[in-house]
Amino acid sequence: MISLIQRPEPSRAWSLATPLLAVLVTMIAGGIMFAALGKNPVEAIKVIFYDPILGEFAFYYRGQLLVKAAPLILIAIGLSLGFRAGIWNIGAEGQYIIGAVVGAGLGLAFFPLDAWWIYPLMVFGGALGGFLWAMIPGVLRVAFNTNEILVSLLLVYVAENILASMSTGLLQNPDGQGFPGSRNFRDFPAAYNPELIAGTGMHWGVVAAFIAVIFAYIVLARHILGFQIRLTGEAPRAARFAGVNPTRLVLLCFGISGALAGMAGLFEVSGPAGQISIDFNVGYGFTAIIVAFLGRLHPIGILLAGLLMALTYIGGEAAQAQLGLPAAAIQAFQGMLLFFLLAGDVLTNYRIRFGRAEAA
Amino acid sequence: MDLSAINPVLLIASLMVAATPILLAALGELVVEKAGVLNLGVEGMMITGAICGFAIAVETGSPVIGFLAAAIGGALLSMLFGILTQYLMSNQVATGLALTLFGLGISSLLGQDYVGVRPPLTGGLFPDALADLPVVGPIIFGHDWMVYVSLGLVAGIWAFLKYSRAGLILRAVGESHDAAHALGYNVIAVRLAAIAFGGACAGLGGAYLSLIRVPQWTEGMTAGAGWIALAIVVFAGWRPWRVLIGAYLFGGVTVLQLNLQAAGVAVSAEYLSMSPYLITILVLVLISAGRGRAALGAPASLGRSFHASH
Amino acid sequence: MTGTIPLLKIDGLTKAYPGVVANDDVSFQIMPGEVHALLGENGAGKSTLVKMLYGLVKPDAGALTYNGAAYAPTSPHAARETGIAMVFQHFSLFDALDVAENVALGMENPPPQRELAKRIKDVSEAYGLPLDPGRLVGDLSAGERQRVEIVRCLLQDPKLLIMDEPTSVLTPQEVEILFATLRKLQSEGTAILYISHKLEEIRSLCDAATILRLGKVVGRCDPREKSARELAEMMVGMSLHTPSREAKPKGPVALSIKGLSAKSASQFGTSLKDVALDVHEGEVLGIGGVAGNGQDELLMALSGEIGSAPDAIVMGDTPLGAMRPNERRALGLLAAPEERLGHAAAPNMSLTENAVLTGRVRKSLTSNGFINWGAARTFAEDVIGRFDVRTPGPTHAARSLSGGNLQKFVVGREILQSPKILIVNQPTWGVDASAAASIRQALLDLAAEGAAVVVISQDLDELMEISDRFAALNEGRLTPPRDTQGLTVDEIGLMMGGAHDLGAVA
Repeated sequence: MISLIQRPEPSRAWSLATPLLAVLVTMIAGGIMFAALGKNPVEAIKVIFYDPILGEFAFYYRGQLLVKAAPLILIAIGLSLGFRAGIWNIGAEGQYIIGAVVGAGLGLAFFPLDAWWIYPLMVFGGALGGFLWAMIPGVLRVAFNTNEILVSLLLVYVAENILASMSTGLLQNPDGQGFPGSRNFRDFPAAYNPELIAGTGMHWGVVAAFIAVIFAYIVLARHILGFQIRLTGEAPRAARFAGVNPTRLVLLCFGISGALAGMAGLFEVSGPAGQISIDFNVGYGFTAIIVAFLGRLHPIGILLAGLLMALTYIGGEAAQAQLGLPAAAIQAFQGMLLFFLLAGDVLTNYRIRFGRAEAA
Repeated sequence: MDLSAINPVLLIASLMVAATPILLAALGELVVEKAGVLNLGVEGMMITGAICGFAIAVETGSPVIGFLAAAIGGALLSMLFGILTQYLMSNQVATGLALTLFGLGISSLLGQDYVGVRPPLTGGLFPDALADLPVVGPIIFGHDWMVYVSLGLVAGIWAFLKYSRAGLILRAVGESHDAAHALGYNVIAVRLAAIAFGGACAGLGGAYLSLIRVPQWTEGMTAGAGWIALAIVVFAGWRPWRVLIGAYLFGGVTVLQLNLQAAGVAVSAEYLSMSPYLITILVLVLISAGRGRAALGAPASLGRSFHASH
Repeated sequence: MTGTIPLLKIDGLTKAYPGVVANDDVSFQIMPGEVHALLGENGAGKSTLVKMLYGLVKPDAGALTYNGAAYAPTSPHAARETGIAMVFQHFSLFDALDVAENVALGMENPPPQRELAKRIKDVSEAYGLPLDPGRLVGDLSAGERQRVEIVRCLLQDPKLLIMDEPTSVLTPQEVEILFATLRKLQSEGTAILYISHKLEEIRSLCDAATILRLGKVVGRCDPREKSARELAEMMVGMSLHTPSREAKPKGPVALSIKGLSAKSASQFGTSLKDVALDVHEGEVLGIGGVAGNGQDELLMALSGEIGSAPDAIVMGDTPLGAMRPNERRALGLLAAPEERLGHAAAPNMSLTENAVLTGRVRKSLTSNGFINWGAARTFAEDVIGRFDVRTPGPTHAARSLSGGNLQKFVVGREILQSPKILIVNQPTWGVDASAAASIRQALLDLAAEGAAVVVISQDLDELMEISDRFAALNEGRLTPPRDTQGLTVDEIGLMMGGAHDLGAVA
């Protein structure tokens, strides 16, 4: 019989080791899944995890790595603050969409003006759009005690409908012969988010993601706000006793995560995606939740987890092209990773003991 | 636009069909939450049920076996959540989300070969003579048998929670797992059973979508139905009959906006499509305004992990 | 009624947890119809022992014999079927369920609800413990809740009734009613295992006593033949240091509370109603009362976790009823809540972080919002050193400390911030005797230096020992305070029961 004994304090070693363990176990379980799909598991794992970094065509994939990782990291950093405090914004996908729509809309309003302030204005618009969209569940929770998980999630479906409406209506390209989708930002240099250093995938969103990581690290480690966030998650009553204002904290966490998600959306739509279209969003807002947990809600961890998750996207596409591995397999693979990570968490707080268990 | 094209009798009959997937999933989640567990993976279990039910029904030609497979598929997936949260004490919110993400992935993987296939037809319960009666025919007698199963489930769960000893134990576990443990009840076993039941119900709800309401398989076809089901449990204040009301109200809104779209109302289709989600949010706000969680009737141990220390 | 075969024979029971042997070779026996006391300090292993008797915990070694036959319960169900019932100190009632449902959950084969309701009424009245089976348990007082537990046991005709610290939630008058019930049960042949650390109760009720210390049986006696002092020394194993204090004149008013009403944050909590109180510099004011009568709420209203009308709480000339906790701390009003893990301290955070939790303002641990971790660590080390907190160091998590050590840390953290007013709730609850004595001494020293100290506690002996004046909370109302000297047990009981017109001496 196996029993769990609570550790007197959380184990730091296991807290670092479990993400690695989870990745390893996911590779094994994923390999079994790939084998069940009739693919060579070793080959599939190699195509997904090895080739994009060190393989023959790595020069192409390496740039993609930053492009895919940046929005994941930016969103996950914002989410991690709230998650640490027990504030569950799981509608980042919606905030991402609205940020993109608002920011892109602001830029397109000035087409074809060439002015330096257009892009900063769009970034601000993206942040504002995401911020306001996130304020809906935040304010409803604070004012009416409405469940923020459900509201933020339901608003994703609303945002998707707004996106569909925009890409076939207000923001539709007037010169597009009736095809859905906005103007392409490649044709509007003042509003385009270009690759800053050729071949690296570096664009403004990547810069923003790095800044967010450093900023979050400092806030969590040194600033009283970070302390209050951690305290609220660990012990809500103790937080009130310590003078934390829960209303302020909820709004702050929603605001920051919404603004970062909105910015991520704007960077994506004005750069890699290129235009507002009905399906420019590819679920980064949801994958970022996995990234946040995989990174143990720690900024540096999120940086690494974002890169790893980007790798599964890129490797997944490569495996799709080379081995015919279905795209859904990668989604299942990512879900599995989160499962194993959550399961491994038990090792941080509990010691496993083999032998006689207690009655009951 | 032509509003006269909207027939109130057909509207009521079709709202029952539109509401049934959500009703089934919400009933399952109600039982899970009454046991003190918050499973946010309803969406994932529904979509898994949708493909399991669809695939098996197509392969066997029998919707009954399909629904059975959907219930088993949903329950199996929910056991992942059960083991993680009950034995490994993982965070219920995070694990529920993981279940949804995983369910969406695994279902599209399983469903690759079933896109565009037509499922076998699910039969009614009453003879055609009754179903052809005016007004009462379509509303009361004209449905497939799953609609009656879902209604029976409402009554059954209500009676189970209110009158049976097992129902009392389930409520006790959800109210205070420490007290229930001290009295000798196996908290983890009760919760696992509730989670499996919730998974089975969500699976049935998903299969209802793919086998009857749509009826075909497309990726991500649940489109938030699982989240609506979660909202309806809150709306209902954890009471089975109110879950029925909530689900039918939601079904009514959905069917009405579809009818309005068909009638060509001068509001764009996207805005009509988002209306059910907006109305759900509005109702959530009205329900929770000015009241604490407990006053809503939420089980006191909802979402808390249980570990029997010495 | 005493037979020759013991009802329950406990033989060499041993149970170890990582780092601690909770029960070490414990043996004693209970005769039919006997009221047997199990006496010991907090942490002596009483709870572990009764959990083994009730089937909640499986012993590592040892055997039980019930009525001459081997008895090895695997669950409370088995214990109940054998004839053993238990009244818990905590955790066995369901607030949102009604009395009848709560009773049914503690029975093996409950009759249908309607019949059960009738039997609850009959039995509860027969034993002088009237109960309405249809009421929600969350709406009952602590005393009534205990009745539910007792009636639940009585309905099963137990041969052995285990009672874990039953009087900690009762007023002295309610204790008398409980004892009458227990004596009636005894006369009907039911054996009772009575767990307590209250010596006078045991002397007046029990026929035999087994004394536990650190998991071992250290003595057996007939408590009626021993003095309370002798029992205490057997229990603690050494002579106790009694806190010292000197009589002194009363200082000026430090804190003035008037018309303080505050709604409880929890559904089944108690709201404060029109509380009025003046606390003077240099005095210790004790607030007694049965658990759940507004103690938590009073502390939270004073610490600033629950807001109130601005001039309901006045310090000097400053109205601070509407101030937030840290504004009050800046003025010198500090507090230490009852619940150590989760309220006074964050379980998984280090002692250094827990020092920042309340010490931030008065110890200037932040500048421009940035935390000075070096200063925080120094402060934590200071608390650890000055209050003899046993821990390897300030980087360790709060939950790794024993209850007594964490309590010393929590109280020390506030005292070292030199408060003008300190409010503490249950400062020695669940703390071993030597830590309790040092905490009480520290509170007295603080008052001697001129601070006003308010001690909220359910331990009347503690309050009588350290406080200059005494008031009691009942259903959210506070009686006017009276000088502790010359207060009789009867008067205290009446105050706790809600008598507000005892002619207060200001």
